[in-house]
Amino acid sequence: MADTVAGANPDTHLSGDDPNRRDFIHIAAGVAAVGLAGGLAWPLIDQMNPAGDTLALASIEFDLSKVVEGQQVVVKWRGKPLFVRYRTPKEIAAAIKDDHADLRDPATDESRHKPGKAQYLVLIGVCTHLGCVPSFGQGEYGGWLCPCHGSVYDTSGRIRKGPAPLNLAVPDYAFLSDTKVKVG
Amino acid sequence: MSGHSTYEPKTGFERWLDMRLPIIRMASDTILTFPTPKNLNYWWTFGGVLSVMLAIQIVTGIVLAMHYVAHVHYAFNSVQRIMRDVNYGWLIRNLHATGASMFFLAVYIHIFRNLYYGSYKAPREVLWILGCIIYLLMIITAFMGYVLPWGQMSFHGAVVITNLLGAFPIVGNAITTWLWGGFAVDDPTLNRFFSLHYLLPFVIAGVVALHIWALHVPGNNNPTGVNVKSKEDTVPFHPYYTVKDGFGISVFLIMYAVFVFYLPGALGDVVNNVKANPLQTPQHIVPEWYLLPFYAILRAVPNKLMGVILMFGAIATLFVLPWLDTSKVRSMRYRPTARLYYFIFILACLVLGLCGAHAPDDLVIPGVAGPQLLDSDINSYVWLSRIGGLYYFAYFWVITPLLGLTETPLPAPESISSPVLSHPASAPSGAVASPEKRG
Repeated sequence: MADTVAGANPDTHLSGDDPNRRDFIHIAAGVAAVGLAGGLAWPLIDQMNPAGDTLALASIEFDLSKVVEGQQVVVKWRGKPLFVRYRTPKEIAAAIKDDHADLRDPATDESRHKPGKAQYLVLIGVCTHLGCVPSFGQGEYGGWLCPCHGSVYDTSGRIRKGPAPLNLAVPDYAFLSDTKVKVG
Repeated sequence: MSGHSTYEPKTGFERWLDMRLPIIRMASDTILTFPTPKNLNYWWTFGGVLSVMLAIQIVTGIVLAMHYVAHVHYAFNSVQRIMRDVNYGWLIRNLHATGASMFFLAVYIHIFRNLYYGSYKAPREVLWILGCIIYLLMIITAFMGYVLPWGQMSFHGAVVITNLLGAFPIVGNAITTWLWGGFAVDDPTLNRFFSLHYLLPFVIAGVVALHIWALHVPGNNNPTGVNVKSKEDTVPFHPYYTVKDGFGISVFLIMYAVFVFYLPGALGDVVNNVKANPLQTPQHIVPEWYLLPFYAILRAVPNKLMGVILMFGAIATLFVLPWLDTSKVRSMRYRPTARLYYFIFILACLVLGLCGAHAPDDLVIPGVAGPQLLDSDINSYVWLSRIGGLYYFAYFWVITPLLGLTETPLPAPESISSPVLSHPASAPSGAVASPEKRG
């Protein structure tokens, strides 16, 4: 390219393959066009991320007195099921006993509830394999069994068997009073 | 589109238009006079069937979009309204829903025909890759379309498939959130799936145009796999293949009509007649039949990421097939050993489909508990799908490259015409060379 312009527009700085001003303007225009295209593409990509109102609906409050011992209540949070469990002492003991068992995603039972509130377990009810809702009270560990691909969770919501890689997630939540929690 | 054009404008208007936009010339060269091998069998009519199915899906889809409401509160009911209240809505929706299955049936026959006759080999690699792109776009479009009625299987199918992308390390969660437009499959997800489900068929139509263009450069392959050597080997597309395809398409449409009018629910899942409930997963999630083999491969692997990689790998493998095949002979008519492995491959695909339809722990032979091998009963569908999946990949990556180097093919004919001409009885004396020119 430099060769073809050399005759028409003699440039004393021209030597061999060194870029001349025309090459520079060519590259600069190219970079500007790519930058502009990228800048325009980003809004078109980012518009698919959660919108402001979706993010605003992100927290709920829940009254724990609605859950009876041994039961589970399912509420909807961020479009997903939230498992709220009132565990029996036997179930808590079973969970603690397995703290040092061969776990795929090691976690102690204590790390999965709030201090002094071992009876209440709040979990996101979404199987960590492919997002199905595990069934309560099924599976050989007394916790949950995912009907889709057979993942088994224990009474602490830890993955024990099947294809799921992780324990049932514990959401961010806090006790507002003895019987009220705020999730999110 | 390639080669010498034989179109001659007849009227003044045609001449005038031909100087400005030679569109009639293009249509004439591609549909009427295009030289086509004279020995194409009925397996070759599925290209025509697929064009018709794409047109039917686009027309019925546009009509359905006039009545459908893409909102989580109204979607399910709007589909019920189409089925019950909209004039002929039941017909149009059955055509569309059953049409998706027919579309895939035809595309699978088209792909298997291609594998048998080696049509993907040089010089048709780009033609084959464009076909793979169409197939991939079809899968994405069909998946999104299945979500729209917002039944239980729509919803939980969407949950499972979008969660697949979450398997990728680091970026996985960001991708699923981006895809969902929220923290779960919800209204934003439904809306964008509707938008893309409307868009993608037109993208498919565009790639189909490229596919046909790429077909018309080297011309059709044929059952012998031997190149066209002379004009004697071809006949004009019209009337020979317009009539043959027309007949094949008619037979296919009759079968389609049987499903539309008598068995509209046979190919779907009854669970999808229940409105989506995010808090309750159906006992058994299965995709539509045409995706079952890939679903079986996904579930065959105990590791989530590996399962996802293998499932996508099963489709990605198709793209590189032209470079995996080392055989110089195209058609399996002359490759008896390859033919054997090919039919086992079809069997493996069917077995994988069967596995995808069953729960992994179900027993293949009921009532017989076999020994435990690693994580599962050896008599379970999970082991059967492992065997099927292994054969699927071995067929492309091991058998196909090795066979081309080791097998001894049968002698292929000199030309397309020679096998016919060497049997004098099959060409009656006095047969007319070009009957189409005799009025």
